[in-house]
Amino acid sequence: MSDTFDIARGLLLDSGNLTEGQLHDVLGQALTHSIDYADLYFQVNRHESWVLEDGIVKEGSHGLDRGVGVRAVSGEKTGFAYSDEITLGALTDAATTARNIARSGQEKRVQAWAASPHPMLYEPVDPIGTLTEHDKVELLSRLDAEARKQDPRVKQVIVSLTGVHDAVLVAASDGTLAADVRPLVRLNVSVVVEQDGRREVGYTGGGGRYGYDYFLAGERATGYAREAVRQALVNLQAREAPAGTMNVVLGPGWPGVLLHEAIGHGLEGDFNRKGTSAFSGRVGERVASEQCTVVDDGTLPNRRGSLTTDDEGVPAQTTVLIEDGILKGYMHDKLNGRLMGVTSTGNGRRESYAHLPMPRMTNTYMLAGRYDPQEIIASVDKGLYAVNFGGGQVDITSGKFVFSASEAYVIEKGKISYPVKGATLIGNGPDVLTRVTMVGKDLALDEGVGTCGKEGQSVPVGVGQPTLRVDGLTVGGTTGG
Amino acid sequence: MSDRSQLEGLVNQLLDEAKVQGATAAEADVSLVTGLSTTVRLGEVETIEHNRDRGLAVTVYVGQRKGSASTSDFSASAVKEAVSAACGIARYTAEDGYAGLADPELMAYEYADLDLYHPWDLNAEHAIELGQTCEAAARDFDRRITNSEGASVSMHEGVRVYGNSHGFVGSYPTSRHSVSCSVIAQEGEAMQRDYWYSTTRSAEDLEGVESIGSHAAERAVRRLNGRRLATCQSAVVFAAEVASSLLSHLVGAIRGESLYRNASFLVDSLGQRLFPSIVNISEQPHLTKALGSAPFDAEGVLTSSRELVKDGVLQGYVLDSYSARKLGMQTTGNAGGVHNLIIEPGRKDLAEMLKEMDNGLLVTELMGQGVNKVTGDYSRGASGFWVEQGEIQYPVEEFTIAGNLRNMFLGVREIGRDVDLRRNVRTGSILIEEMTIAGA
Repeated sequence: MSDTFDIARGLLLDSGNLTEGQLHDVLGQALTHSIDYADLYFQVNRHESWVLEDGIVKEGSHGLDRGVGVRAVSGEKTGFAYSDEITLGALTDAATTARNIARSGQEKRVQAWAASPHPMLYEPVDPIGTLTEHDKVELLSRLDAEARKQDPRVKQVIVSLTGVHDAVLVAASDGTLAADVRPLVRLNVSVVVEQDGRREVGYTGGGGRYGYDYFLAGERATGYAREAVRQALVNLQAREAPAGTMNVVLGPGWPGVLLHEAIGHGLEGDFNRKGTSAFSGRVGERVASEQCTVVDDGTLPNRRGSLTTDDEGVPAQTTVLIEDGILKGYMHDKLNGRLMGVTSTGNGRRESYAHLPMPRMTNTYMLAGRYDPQEIIASVDKGLYAVNFGGGQVDITSGKFVFSASEAYVIEKGKISYPVKGATLIGNGPDVLTRVTMVGKDLALDEGVGTCGKEGQSVPVGVGQPTLRVDGLTVGGTTGG
Repeated sequence: MSDRSQLEGLVNQLLDEAKVQGATAAEADVSLVTGLSTTVRLGEVETIEHNRDRGLAVTVYVGQRKGSASTSDFSASAVKEAVSAACGIARYTAEDGYAGLADPELMAYEYADLDLYHPWDLNAEHAIELGQTCEAAARDFDRRITNSEGASVSMHEGVRVYGNSHGFVGSYPTSRHSVSCSVIAQEGEAMQRDYWYSTTRSAEDLEGVESIGSHAAERAVRRLNGRRLATCQSAVVFAAEVASSLLSHLVGAIRGESLYRNASFLVDSLGQRLFPSIVNISEQPHLTKALGSAPFDAEGVLTSSRELVKDGVLQGYVLDSYSARKLGMQTTGNAGGVHNLIIEPGRKDLAEMLKEMDNGLLVTELMGQGVNKVTGDYSRGASGFWVEQGEIQYPVEEFTIAGNLRNMFLGVREIGRDVDLRRNVRTGSILIEEMTIAGA
């Protein structure tokens, strides 16, 4: 098999002297009760971080986590156990514990291993070794200097660099035997600026499934430093944000967090299998204006949310969620797909071997439309233009969602007028995209810093969108009304 | 507990190894938590999870340079590798005059047993039965409860050991058990979900499972047929279960790290009036059985009770030894966070709080992270109930509440006696004079 598989096998199985035949036997033991499906998830995750503050790199840390999770599924029931020792004994114990979810019953057969060919979306590099310690420290110092030289009002600069090398191997009773080696790097700059006693913050960064050399290309890294300062200085001029319902233009890229919150979570298979989502039972219905086509795409090379194979060994896919405004389908893992009579869409993800997989997004974005972004802004008589956001949250069942702007401007008579303070925007998921009246042709993906939380599990994700005009969104400022 | 002495041994091994590898000072933290979590949905078992999480972390100082490492592997070779990784990092981090352990005389060489360890002999069958009873109580509560996200029952116990090269090694076992239930109410097309939970050190202190279920159901049903609000200025009561977030924002702004970075709207606020004089806030780390109790902090510093806000005036910050040195102050024993922050309750229950407000908004849920610690600007999604003449009129949803934390703190008019004990930050409901509601 591929390099990736050999690397993962070397890291995960060879050190415990485990063979593929033994994995087959353990799965066979798990299936001795009336279990429909069982899988083993081996993981070794090595990560590091470096932090600069007050002009010096004063902290660094290194972490190593290794273990195996064993899951046994019977109907809608799941038994789960894990161990931080990858040995045959620990594996057998975990399998025995997990299978107790089901009473003794008919034995089933573990399927023979079947490889599912798929293109590699990123190199199986270990980012931690792609730059010397000296050069990592030098990179952070360079960004500190870059940020400080932008403006004397810059009072504090914090730069952080993280690298992750995550190798996983999945063996399942349905014949799946797959591995993935996932690099992930991230660089963040946060600045505090001060003028006449007023302080504001700017925060930016980027990354993806690369080695650290990604940051050394051209002006990429220093660009983060300049962008953080620019945002902070804009916020120094910001006035009170307006309060009330108005027409809102969302910029391209990271504002796609709208899609992640407003519709993405609501289209995850578990909520829809259980009928607890505001989108449950609505496939085929109009949930957006006909200008909107939204996909979840785990196959984009090197993106933060991409996966060569998901955490159940299913190759990542491009899943159309909404096409020309019509709801087309949900995102599935194996369990929820099987219970709903469909196959996994490659969205089965888990934070680690110590967590159960569930349907999660990868990179979620809206395809480009036909309008020029300037034309979209010009079309708004009075409203808000929001270009940078922090996080968001959604109530899956009621459909209500929020996302918080960190850089926004008032639009007056079709022109960007003045910056306003950050404010939370709130809307109703099943309804908000029906009020998208213009979709720009400037599709952009985010810079690669997103992390999604669900039921206590965090996974890296991506978002994106072109410039959008949404009519009648509620803006949570403090003035007007 | 044999685990405990084994983990203490591991801490000593880490500290010894750090010395061997050239560290001039070191600290180590080792923990092991085991547990069981079950979920029941629509009367059937959904998941049974057996938890066993362990980790070790070591920080070394080579002079004034610092490096850290962690792993879940407890083998002798992993200990050596972790120390080696930490020392490797310390070769490249800069000299930091403020870096180092907390002062030796502050260590908790003697500390009280805070009664935090009450293991629960819970097997999967019993946990499932409890979950089924809990969920059934929710589903039987009202015919409008049409669906469920299930009821979860979990028990966890563990031990944490901290030691450093001052010769201090401390450890204590803890336990934590929870029951929660989340159900969905439906009327026509509209669905609303809500939940309730109980979490305690000792299983015998948990709220009854049927009470948790019916509480969850009652909360979901009462949200049905929510209306939107017009944009306006209004008084707001934060129900106790969401009011603790306001105190968490206070803590975030007076943490040493936020202060020395100038990344707080409360820089230089010591001795300032932040609240009206009715507000008194204390930290009480030694409450027996409490969820936030700890005999010593994450640097081994003996914790102690103190007044954080007295008659509305800020008495102290929330510091660890590093931020204290940066600020020219003394650590407050808050490495790792606060330990039982308690706002002195007033005399009114929630109904009387609403009477006091007369007309306004009762917030029972908050959404999103729209709080800027640097400026104090606050804008969050919310849902709750509209109140007129002290009585709840109807549920409201899809609006935001906004203001600035400095004004919101000064605008606190009343604190309820309906204290929520389920968190490290304990408060009753809080009435705030005026905020901006953005709605339809």
